[in-house]
Amino acid sequence: MNPPPLRDDTSKLRHDRPAERRETITTADEERLRRQLADTWYVPRGIIGWFSVADHKTIGRRYIITAFCFFIFAGILAGLMRLQLAVPNNHFIGPDLYNQIFTVHGTMMMFLFAVPVMEAMGIYLVPLMIGARNIAFPRLNAFSYYVYLFGGVMLVLTMLMNTAPDVGWFSYVPLAGPDHAPGKRADFWAQLITFTEVAALAVSVELVATIFKTRAPGMSLNRMPLFVWSMLVTAFMVIFAMPSIVTCSTFLLLDRLVGTHFYNPAEGGDALLWQHLFWFFGHPEVYIIFVPALGIVSSIISAFTWRPVFGYSAMVMSLVATGFIGFGLWVHHMFATGLPALGLEYFTAASIVIAIPSGIQIFCWIASIWRGRPRFHAPLLFVVGFVAIFVLGGLSGVTLASVPFDLQVHDSYYVVAHFHYVLLGGAVFPLIGGIYFWFPKITGRMMDDRMGKWNFWLLFIGFNVTFFPMHILGLDGMPRRVYTYPDNMGWNTLNLIASLGALLLVVGGAMFVYNVVRSYTWGTVASENPWGAETLEWSVSSPPPVYNFLHLPVVEGRCALWDRSADAPVVTGIRSDCREVLVTDVMDAEPICRVEYPEPSLWPFACAVVTSAFFVGSIFTPWALPISIVPLAITLIGWFWPKKADSDTRAEQPAGSMREARA
Amino acid sequence: MMFAIGGNQSALNPHGPIARSIVTHTWWLLAISIAVYVVVMAALLIALARRRRESDDLPATTSRLTRNVGVAVVLTVLTLIGIAASSVVAGRGLYSPSGAGAITVDVVGHQWWWDFQYHDVTPSDVFTSPNELHIPVGVPVVIKAMSTDVIHSFWVPNLMGKRDLIPGIVTNTWIQADEPGVYRGQCAEFCGHQHAHMALNVVAEPMDEFLTWIQHQREPAAEPSTDLERRGQQVFLQSPCVTCHAIRGTDAGSHVGPELTHVASRLTLAAGTLPNARGHLAGWIANSQSIKPGNRMPPNPLAPDDLQAVLAYVRSLR
Repeated sequence: MNPPPLRDDTSKLRHDRPAERRETITTADEERLRRQLADTWYVPRGIIGWFSVADHKTIGRRYIITAFCFFIFAGILAGLMRLQLAVPNNHFIGPDLYNQIFTVHGTMMMFLFAVPVMEAMGIYLVPLMIGARNIAFPRLNAFSYYVYLFGGVMLVLTMLMNTAPDVGWFSYVPLAGPDHAPGKRADFWAQLITFTEVAALAVSVELVATIFKTRAPGMSLNRMPLFVWSMLVTAFMVIFAMPSIVTCSTFLLLDRLVGTHFYNPAEGGDALLWQHLFWFFGHPEVYIIFVPALGIVSSIISAFTWRPVFGYSAMVMSLVATGFIGFGLWVHHMFATGLPALGLEYFTAASIVIAIPSGIQIFCWIASIWRGRPRFHAPLLFVVGFVAIFVLGGLSGVTLASVPFDLQVHDSYYVVAHFHYVLLGGAVFPLIGGIYFWFPKITGRMMDDRMGKWNFWLLFIGFNVTFFPMHILGLDGMPRRVYTYPDNMGWNTLNLIASLGALLLVVGGAMFVYNVVRSYTWGTVASENPWGAETLEWSVSSPPPVYNFLHLPVVEGRCALWDRSADAPVVTGIRSDCREVLVTDVMDAEPICRVEYPEPSLWPFACAVVTSAFFVGSIFTPWALPISIVPLAITLIGWFWPKKADSDTRAEQPAGSMREARA
Repeated sequence: MMFAIGGNQSALNPHGPIARSIVTHTWWLLAISIAVYVVVMAALLIALARRRRESDDLPATTSRLTRNVGVAVVLTVLTLIGIAASSVVAGRGLYSPSGAGAITVDVVGHQWWWDFQYHDVTPSDVFTSPNELHIPVGVPVVIKAMSTDVIHSFWVPNLMGKRDLIPGIVTNTWIQADEPGVYRGQCAEFCGHQHAHMALNVVAEPMDEFLTWIQHQREPAAEPSTDLERRGQQVFLQSPCVTCHAIRGTDAGSHVGPELTHVASRLTLAAGTLPNARGHLAGWIANSQSIKPGNRMPPNPLAPDDLQAVLAYVRSLR
């Protein structure tokens, strides 16, 4: 380890070129290479081009922006709920609308904001962090974005047309079944899940392939940045959790559309089956949201303490352990169903055990800060706020693992408080910190740090004022998902306080949006590494060129940039006249072979359109399946149509011709 | 408008053995959580604020930190074991009653009201008490939890934790109150439109009063005693009311909605939504949709005279 020297004056940093060596000489050869790579990895323009893009940065940006749009929409819904609950017996919103609002709020936050935005950070950052030119399966990546977008738009439209799902983001049967949820509201929910499943699975497969097979030479598994580890764990969790919700929402759709009886107890079905299938996905889901945030926190802490994160191996093992244990907790959502007591104790134990890896990570971060040189810019503030909030949410989570205590607070406002502490505090605070951190990389301009600090305090105070009283409300017996409450319950003051806190959150959120928009146009121009951070994305210009790296880097240590020697080798021998990338092996990132990534194409978009039409159509008729098969096949054939290329000759070149040479 | 911790539906205001043991456990959890939180936050703040030294980058500092993190992890594990132990202690009496169950009551969930069905070996002595569960003080009462439509959850925070009522599944639990009183409960599993207005009252009374209440409930409805009440009964029996409601002792025998045999003796109307008073009852009969939108009772556009008569009759069903 060779951490950079302590610098006292951090304010100069923004305009400073980083201390690290930078290639300033552009020989004629390099300039030619630069031009050729830019030609080869071009991002198509025009309207057709817009729908053909397969670049991970463009798709990642769109994903992030779209996810934040849904975040704002769902946030407005939350504001409406707090307005309704500010006073008892309020008639501002009736039960029908309120039930739609809380269902769409939860569904959108979970499926259209939290999971996609975290995966989007991975889509944008992972290839840059591991020294790759693009994400693996770039067309699939584009496809996943459009499927996600169309699904989200469908849900927004149902909300605007007053036909939104109204059975909760968990859609328990039989309430969501054919007998008790007439109309198409619950079907829209079930198909929204299908949309997001497909998108999330696609991204996860891409991320696993990207991380396992396209890391820069030298970046063995034990040198991978913690953010990449967290995305890897997340991707695996998605791959193992999603099939369960696929099954569960498909059964629901079949029950509703073609009269199967999976969940109908009168015909031998089982209402509890839904809960098992849903929570087998639903509990890992919260870790799918939370684990990437841990990666963001580690990135920010190492950059803003100027030291590598303390206890790398412990951190990695904690991430992986969280991924495994996360699948053993689902029944703690079902303690009140009357399952056998002995079985419940197992899930108590597992739910308590998962606190250990989380604890280890908190301790390691505190140790990192302890021995580091903290610089109090907005990203670090958000991380400190994250620790303060998340530890509280983690503690309330441990209490929920206890069956007797859970039986009192289950489905009460205590749980609402708990999961907003772990999801908003545990995931959104790091995410916003991460946006402040990576904004210069993504846009080439710095965000306003002073406004960022105001932004942090508004959100931090607003968050606690809104959600802390809910712990007490829950213990005081206020159940969740009620559109109003009686006057004489002793809940009035705390509800009013929570609603006032929500006002602060709205102001804080608006300030964040303003800062983003303003900085995008007028922010200070960012150098390639304005924070002096350690990972590879900070070695390329801000924003990165379309081809990411002029020469694929060779990694010499765990902190790619801090450990880089002055005469660091780079990879040569990769063709620049076609989209050729280097494939390396899983463990040690030794070069294996070269493959060619596909060109941009309109077909993934066409395929996403047909897929979406099929999903929406199958809400109304089972004929959607046979009817959409043919167009689906056509788009897939177009998508996979082989490229007429000289690749045959290229394949004969042995992979060994790749050599490492000086830049 | 101060808030009170421990209000009439608070889990922190226990009046029965289950709720009491959970509250003790809750204070333990709270104490442990505060201690852990304070320690972690102190460590974080010190780490942020401390003066930096040149020696921080020496291997000795790293190994000291490694040791400290190790100690913290061990303490975490011990704390978690403590929490698990407290949980087991609090959960011991959760599933089986402390003594022989005095009576068994079926708790049946409906959208959006409760039906409490009292068992008896004599079929004619079986009766139901919608939205109001009477129990004798100091004795365990066995609860059979079930539902006819969607999932509900039976929750009386002063007395016990939740038990879901799941269609197709019958589970047993128990409830006990140690002091006489009225304990409010509320549905805790989202069950559709009027989940917010699905409350109930548990009336705990000394055994002799409880037995008197049982005796009274077993009787058929009181015969109307005035002309107005008699007219009201006629209107009732000729109106759509009978398609859903039963009044034992009359021809009204449908059990789609709550039974009304002794409706005037109850504390509240519409599953804890309204106090049981004449004006509220009138409003409810005329147009319940304006009070509890989406509930299953249609508006009843009765002529004013008829409404007065029905009111008089229903109010006489003590």
